[in-house]
Formats: sequence, C-alpha cells, structure tokens
Amino acid sequence: MNHLSLIIEREYLTKVKNKSFIVMTILSPIIMIALIAVVAYLSQINNNKERTISILDESGILKSSFTDTESIKYKILENSSLEEAKKKVDENKEYGLLHIENFKDINKLGEHIKFYSEDSPSLTLMSSLESKLEKQLTDLKLEFEGVDIEKIKAARVRVNIAQESFIGEKTSKIDSVVKLIFGGLAGYLLFMFIIIYGNMIMRSVIEEKTSRIIEIIISSVKPIQLMLGKIIGTSLAGITQFVIWIILGGLLMTLVSFIFGIDFAQSQSAQQEVLNQAMQNPDVNMEIQNVMNAFYNLPITNLIIAFILFFIGGYLLYSSLYAAIGAAVDNETDTQQFLLPILMPLILAVYIGIFTVIEDPHGTVSTVFSFIPLTSPVVMLMRIPFGVPIWQQILSLSLLVATFIFTVWFAAKIYRVGILMYGKKPSYKELLKWIRY
Amino acid sequence: MNNLLEAHSVSKNFGDFTALNKVSISVPKGSIFGLLGPNGAGKTTLIRIINQITMPDEGQVILDGESLKPHHVRDIGYLPEERGLYKSMKVGEQAMYLARLKGLSKAEARTRLKFWFERLEIGDWWDKKIQELSKGMAQKIQFVVTVLHEPKLLIFDEPFSGFDPINANLIKDEIIRLRNEGATVIFSTHRMESVEELCDQIALIHESNKILDGKLTDIKKQFKTNTFEIGIRTSDNIILEKELSQKFSISPASFKTLGDELMLNVKLSEKDVPNDLLSYLTSKGEVSHFVELIPSANDIFIQSVKNN
Repeated sequence: MNHLSLIIEREYLTKVKNKSFIVMTILSPIIMIALIAVVAYLSQINNNKERTISILDESGILKSSFTDTESIKYKILENSSLEEAKKKVDENKEYGLLHIENFKDINKLGEHIKFYSEDSPSLTLMSSLESKLEKQLTDLKLEFEGVDIEKIKAARVRVNIAQESFIGEKTSKIDSVVKLIFGGLAGYLLFMFIIIYGNMIMRSVIEEKTSRIIEIIISSVKPIQLMLGKIIGTSLAGITQFVIWIILGGLLMTLVSFIFGIDFAQSQSAQQEVLNQAMQNPDVNMEIQNVMNAFYNLPITNLIIAFILFFIGGYLLYSSLYAAIGAAVDNETDTQQFLLPILMPLILAVYIGIFTVIEDPHGTVSTVFSFIPLTSPVVMLMRIPFGVPIWQQILSLSLLVATFIFTVWFAAKIYRVGILMYGKKPSYKELLKWIRY
Repeated sequence: MNNLLEAHSVSKNFGDFTALNKVSISVPKGSIFGLLGPNGAGKTTLIRIINQITMPDEGQVILDGESLKPHHVRDIGYLPEERGLYKSMKVGEQAMYLARLKGLSKAEARTRLKFWFERLEIGDWWDKKIQELSKGMAQKIQFVVTVLHEPKLLIFDEPFSGFDPINANLIKDEIIRLRNEGATVIFSTHRMESVEELCDQIALIHESNKILDGKLTDIKKQFKTNTFEIGIRTSDNIILEKELSQKFSISPASFKTLGDELMLNVKLSEKDVPNDLLSYLTSKGEVSHFVELIPSANDIFIQSVKNN
C-alpha cells in the first residue's frame, strides 16, 4: 500500500508540474471564455444592426401590419413601379424589398408575395415576415367571411396541464427541462472526463514503455499496483484541473460580463425563445420561480451520491481499459485499432442519453442501456434526475462494479505481459493469449 | 547455507513457446555468477522469474533459504538490459522515487544518494533532467539506483553496454567492490572477456535448457584438450616434426618469436604426461616456448552451443 501512495504521488506531481498541463489548465478557460465572449459580442452587434426593409404594397391592405422594431425598420413605398422600387432599395443599400401584388382573392394574394434582396435573407427574418402576413391575411379573410374577430379572440381558451405524480409531487414542464440539463451535464461531464484523462493514462503507460523504465519499476512493485497508481494519480490531477477550470471559468465569466457588459445569456436567446414558446409562460418571474422549484424537486441527495458512485465506477472501468491499450502497444499511432471498440459504447451511451432519455426516461431502451455496464454510467446519470427506483440504481451499480473488477483484472493481465513486449503491434488474438501467460 | 539463490527445475511457457525447460542453478553466496547464453536462450526470462516479474509455470526459486515472496524485492537489485528513466523527471527526484519504491525512507534515500553521487562524481546532476544527459550518464544513475538499497543479490543484465571503456572499468571495479563487501552478483552478458575477468561461476543456457554450469576453473579443466603450444630450435626442424607427428597429433601454431623456431600445437593423449614431452623436447634442442592451451570462456561458449 505504501508503494501505491508513492506511485500516486509521483503520477500526480509529474502531471501537475508538467508545463503543458499548467498551460492547458490556465489557458483553456481563458480561451473558452474569450470565445464565448466574442460570440456573444458578435451576436449582439448582429442583432443591433438596423435593417431597413421597403414595402411595396399594391393591394394597400397589408401596410398596417408592419411596425418598426429595434432591429428592423419598415419603409412603405407609395406610387412606384416594381422596377423603380428595386433600384431604389439597391441604391439605398437597404436590406430588401417586400412586394405585395394586388389580387381580390386573399388566398391568391397570399401566394403572390415576393421578397427581393441582394443576398438570400436570414431564415428568422423570413419566418417573422411570414407569420405577420399570415396573421393579417387570416384576420382579413375572417372579416370578409363575416366573422367577428373579437368574438374569436374572446373564445380562445388557454390550457395549462398541471402535472402531479401519484405520491403528490407537483411537477411541470420546466421540471423536465431542469432534469434534462442536470442529467445531460452529469453524463457529458463523465464522457469528457473519460476521454481526456483516459488518454492521458494511456500516454503515460506508453511513455514508460518507450523510455524503458518499466522493467526497473516492476522489479520493485506489482504491475497492478503501478496501473492502479497511474489511474488514481492521473484522475486526481484531472480533478484538480477540472476544479481549477470551473473556478477560473466562473471568475472570468463574471469579470468579463462585468467589465464589458456582455450578456452571456444573449448568445442563447434563440434557444430561450424556443423554450419560452414551448412553455407558453410569459411571466418571467414565474419562470424563475418554477426553475427554482424544479431544482428543489430534484432528488438532490440521490443525485449527488449516484453521481459520485457512477462517475468513479464508470471512469475506473474505462481508464483500466485505456491503461491496457497503452500496455499493449509501443506508440500512440498503434492505439487507433484498440481505441475504437472502447469509444463506440461511450459515444453510443451519450447518444442514447440525448435521444431516448429525453423522449422517455423510463422506456425500454433507456432502461436497458442504463444496466449495461459500458453504457450505464452515462445513461443512468442522465436518467436519475427523472427519478429511478433505488433497486434499479443498486442493480446497475453492482453490475458496474462487477464489470469494473473484471476489467481491472483483465487489464492487469494485459498490462503485466504487455509492458514487457516490444516490437510488433499485437493482434486481438495475441491479447487473449497473454491472459493465459 | 552456501547458496544465496537456488532455482529448482524452473519451467516457463509462453503459449506454445518454451522459454525455460527445467532449468536449475545455484548461486553461491559472495560469488559473481555469470549467466550466459545466445540471444533468446531464456536468460532474461529466468532473471525476470527471480525478480518476480514473471511467475514460473513449474519449479521453485529459493532465496536465502526461503521460497520467493513479495518482500524479497527489497533484497534484490536489478539492472535490466532494456533500461531507461523517465525523460522529463529530474535526476534527483527520480532516483529518490526509485529508491523509495525499494523501501528506503526519504531521509535514508537522500543520504545514500548523496554518497553515491559524490562517489561516481555526478553530484552536480541532481537537478538536471534525464533528457539533458547522455546515454552513458543515464546508465550511471541506473547503476546507482540498482545498488542503492544494498541488496543481498545484485542482478546485472549487460551492465557495460553504453559505457565508454573508462566508465566500464569504473563500474566493473564497483561490482567487484560490492561483491567483496558481501553482495552476491548475477551477471548476464555476451561479452566473454568480462566473464573471464569477473565470474567465479557460470551457467550456460541454450534454447531454454541449461547445458553447462559450475565453477569457471572446473569447466575449463573439463574443456581442456591436453594441448601444448611449443617452440623449439633444433638443427633440423623437419625431422623433429616428423618424429613428433608419429607420437602425438600435431598442428601448426603461430605466436611471436625472435627466430626460426619450430612452432606446433601438440595434443597429448590421456596417458601422456606433459613433463615427458618437455624432457623429450629438451633432449632435441633449445625449448623457447612451452604453454598449456587453456580454453577461453569464448571457446567454451561457442563449442557448447555448437555441440547442442
């Protein structure tokens, strides 16, 4: 055990003291924040740019439906031909020209509206124009048919289905979104962690092989101790890096938004709009309240404990496989063939998490994959915010631990033989043979 | 207990390949034991089994009267043939780490390292990184790390590769000194001149089998052919040569001489006595050269491997 702590200490210190590690740790959040800031800033500029759209309304019945907004000014053209109008718009460097032909029939009128512009216009702009015109024309048609619009408006009924579970917990759609974000974040974090630090472990095993120090080391310690020490030491370095990233990122984010007044939420406004529409909840205060409620409704204790356990289990499972790959090959270019079968289930897990858990967190697919050990850490972490029975979690965890013990044993076998093998890249068949050595 | 290490019919298979086939060796306490054999004979496998890096399929290894156990790694210092160090780690840190893996305390490791670094005149390397050092320099550090924990048994696999003659001599002297201070040394090499110089005992492994072992002097006795190299001046060399060829089997020899001696290798049969030959020769002329041909380790090595 004394050896193990020595190995962990060395692995940790050499990783943390490594120049490129330090640079990455400090630079990554700065670059990330700078990138987000630039994107936010640019989209702010983009939105703030005033666009002028000229409208040539030959029918004369649609003019009134356009009111200027912060970013779009409408200019109504009177008494000019289409050609003149086009020329004028082009000369004035305006954004575009909306041409409405005159037809008695409203349906026909609707079909003969054209937008002229130099470049193809933005999608959001077109859909906003379309919805404006549709609304106006529908109203006009209703009026034409002799229907009282006020009555229709008055007759509209709002429905908001309240959700409640059998045991009386109130839930809402916001609940689901918050759960999804939580689960997604946890699963994605694990995924990233495995890829980044699994690779780091693999590289450090290869380094020991190529520098030929391995035989000196394992004449003093057991290969499995060396492997576990490597995995634990590298993970601790990884956790250190993650914590620094989160703290530094948070600090920088506040600092940047404070100094430059960039609203980071701005860059996500489009998604938020969609979200708002989906929830049909115009009251912002109410929304925040709901988010807070949703947060409190999460099974927090369960979530934290499960996160820690599944994170450790999943990470150790994959990192032992990474270590085995490192031991089996001589250099990094040879790792591809072995990495693929490891990455596949990992990527599969993330996709299943994203597509099926959202659709139905307790459906067959998500349930099954939250038990299969190679995918269970990610999928289960995504499911847990939606409430997973404890027995399922325990079963999945036990399967994970059993597999983890098996892979560590398996990896240790490969590791023990592989670290002393130089030269040719082994095939899968040879790897299986090594287990019997 | 005369033997520090005994291997009793140790076998090891890798799949269908037999790396060692019932090999037994005994290494007497305080000796320098040469483990010899062509490439791929199984020397490294045997050494790895002694170091508990690989487990034998069959057989038993006994160290100092006890069957090998994990704690024995502290009693062994191993310098592998394929050796290196962490490239980006500082010399001092690295030596400390390796010393502590062998069970030395931090303070102890530091004092002993300082001592050895002074001794080999490499004290100012402490804060250098391995990648800044030459291959020979790195080898010195590996040597220090191997012997630092004062193990009972030292195993050197090709210890002189990568050293210039001066440093090779330095290391050779250190190995002899360590033996004189009570350590037992197993020494694996292809360089027969260092075997000749250093080894008291040898074992020869060829194609997974031990084909020869024992005291180097005994083996030489066993391999000697009772052949003598002679130089003699007579009035008529041709007559003498004819006479000798009737009694013994002879072949031409060559060595540095001043004059026109008759130079011959004379092989005596088992019942012949060298003194009789000598007195016969002195009666014929002036003997300038009379030497028994002792087989070199190199000859023994080549001959044994070929015969098998």
